[in-house]
Amino acid sequence: MRYLTSEEIKALEYKANEIRESVIEMLVSAGSGHTAGSLDMADVFTLLYFGIMNHDPKNPDWEERDRLILSNGHICPVLYATLAHAGYFPIEELNTLRKFGSRLQGHPHRTALPGIETSSGPLGSGLSQAVGMSLAERIDNPYSSKMFYCLTGDGELNEGQIWEALMLAGKEKLNNLVVIIDRNGIQIDGYTKDVMPLEPLAEKLSAFNFDVQEVDGHNLRSLNDAIGKAQSVYSKPSVIIAHTISAKGVDDFERDYKWHGNPPGKGPEDRVKRSEQYEVALQKLKKLSEAIEL
Amino acid sequence: MFTDFVKENLDSDNLEKAPTRDGYGSGLLLAGQKNDRVVALCCDLTESTRTHKFAEQFPERFIQIGIAEQNMASVASGMAAMGKIPFIASYAMFSPGRSWEQVRTTIAYNDSNVKIIGAHAGISVGPDGATHQALEDIAIMRVIPNMVVIAPADVYETERAVLAASEYIGPVYIRLGRSATPVVTKPDSDFAIGKSYLAYDCGDDSSFIKKIGLISTGSLLSNALFAAEDMKKHNIGGSVLHLPTIKPLDTEGLLEFSSSHDLLVTLEEHQVAGGLGSVVSEFLSETKPTKIIKIGVKDRFGESGEPDELMSYFGLDVKGIVSTLQKSVGDLN
Repeated sequence: MRYLTSEEIKALEYKANEIRESVIEMLVSAGSGHTAGSLDMADVFTLLYFGIMNHDPKNPDWEERDRLILSNGHICPVLYATLAHAGYFPIEELNTLRKFGSRLQGHPHRTALPGIETSSGPLGSGLSQAVGMSLAERIDNPYSSKMFYCLTGDGELNEGQIWEALMLAGKEKLNNLVVIIDRNGIQIDGYTKDVMPLEPLAEKLSAFNFDVQEVDGHNLRSLNDAIGKAQSVYSKPSVIIAHTISAKGVDDFERDYKWHGNPPGKGPEDRVKRSEQYEVALQKLKKLSEAIEL
Repeated sequence: MFTDFVKENLDSDNLEKAPTRDGYGSGLLLAGQKNDRVVALCCDLTESTRTHKFAEQFPERFIQIGIAEQNMASVASGMAAMGKIPFIASYAMFSPGRSWEQVRTTIAYNDSNVKIIGAHAGISVGPDGATHQALEDIAIMRVIPNMVVIAPADVYETERAVLAASEYIGPVYIRLGRSATPVVTKPDSDFAIGKSYLAYDCGDDSSFIKKIGLISTGSLLSNALFAAEDMKKHNIGGSVLHLPTIKPLDTEGLLEFSSSHDLLVTLEEHQVAGGLGSVVSEFLSETKPTKIIKIGVKDRFGESGEPDELMSYFGLDVKGIVSTLQKSVGDLN
């Protein structure tokens, strides 16, 4: 784990904000897509791609790279935005999201775009794939230092296959596997606590032989510490429950499950009228970026 | 062509038999010896699927998944993403039955180099009964884009199919039976993915009232051969085209075969809907519309019984096939 200086933290915060702005632009341009999760995972994505992972945007197939496997594929706008800002493809291409002929498919398609480790969308399969990758790596090199980061949603934990994969990871003691759960407390039909309560979640994961940490999903220093610790755990796979605020960044959209699957312009209107949602989102993000003293 | 097989074994009590899954066991081992990127996964059925031979020789390349078929499919996808050639084995009803979506998304849509082995397919599974007798697996796999679908005839063909699959780049499904079935091919017989084989040619005998073209897949090959030979007694000529690869379809071979017969009959240990019969009908309806009789399971579930009993009950044994052929010819007149 690398200690991040205050300057580095500020730069990452600024970058995360830029990525959030891209997410808003993309979703509005597409006219459909998932706002809440894409916004609230911007900090995790920024930290991983700009501060932690070993990767090369000019060489997406670089064998030695760390892998990020996005299991909850519907938040792909933030994945695409992060990859673009990191240099995998032009930022202008972000506005082709979900359009006919685009490499930025509505849910990620592995063979369409460099930098995507797997196709996802149907929930519950990404973790199994991350486990498979980690297993394959161990066959080739038991002392490998490659890391496999699997990002999942929290609603996604409803899927039985997730627990099948967790069981296998625990059995195989896959210490190069770090699962990061977007614990934003929302899913499509409502809050997770109403649709399918998950607590006590940390205890469940620990019972599956994982090293478990709970962290503020928007605090870069805490996230960095947690990931650093996860990397050093040798006897178990790790999971980080990242407590996030859904749609973080645009406070008028935050903490409302109805922002799960709608783009700005088509979201719930109890706080902001649809015709103003795009403007308001960009304003809020601009204010945040101005508050970061670089 | 397997004319010798028919001559030597007709009315024989010493017919050599072996289960196709033995061919998976030996084929997987050979593939693993040839290529160290081959890995094997299994859902708590290593002995039954014959994966145990590979697991014993290459323990570090074998993953015991436990009873979690959906996980197995996607774990294999992840391993393939790292350059491995994973073979995943379980009973067809569970894999791809239970894991169909994972196969579609994480294997086919991802273009993952995973080989799916569906053991215990067909009626001849026997006493385990309907829940374990996969009769729909050809249908559900062939409709997935990118998927190769193979039903080998016997233990030797299975071994060659497994080797071919390990060298082919892309997703492959191979269906296997449970019971020992007649060994028709030889260890050095040809097998290529996507190729059909003329197994028996009745020739042009002027005494033939009619000529029937039998098209079979999987282990029904031997029954089809015996049935074709038997029809000679009734002055009906029967030829047999063996289609171990259902997808991609050997359209050339099929078209050529279909031209020279009065009636075509497809044979499969599978529902008549969606399997070999459907594939053949779909293709010929566009190119050379022909009357096609489909022998298979007629839209019902299987049940417990001894394999021979069940094959007879469902009309898939030689007697049953001959009876269907006679009736079909009768209907033609």
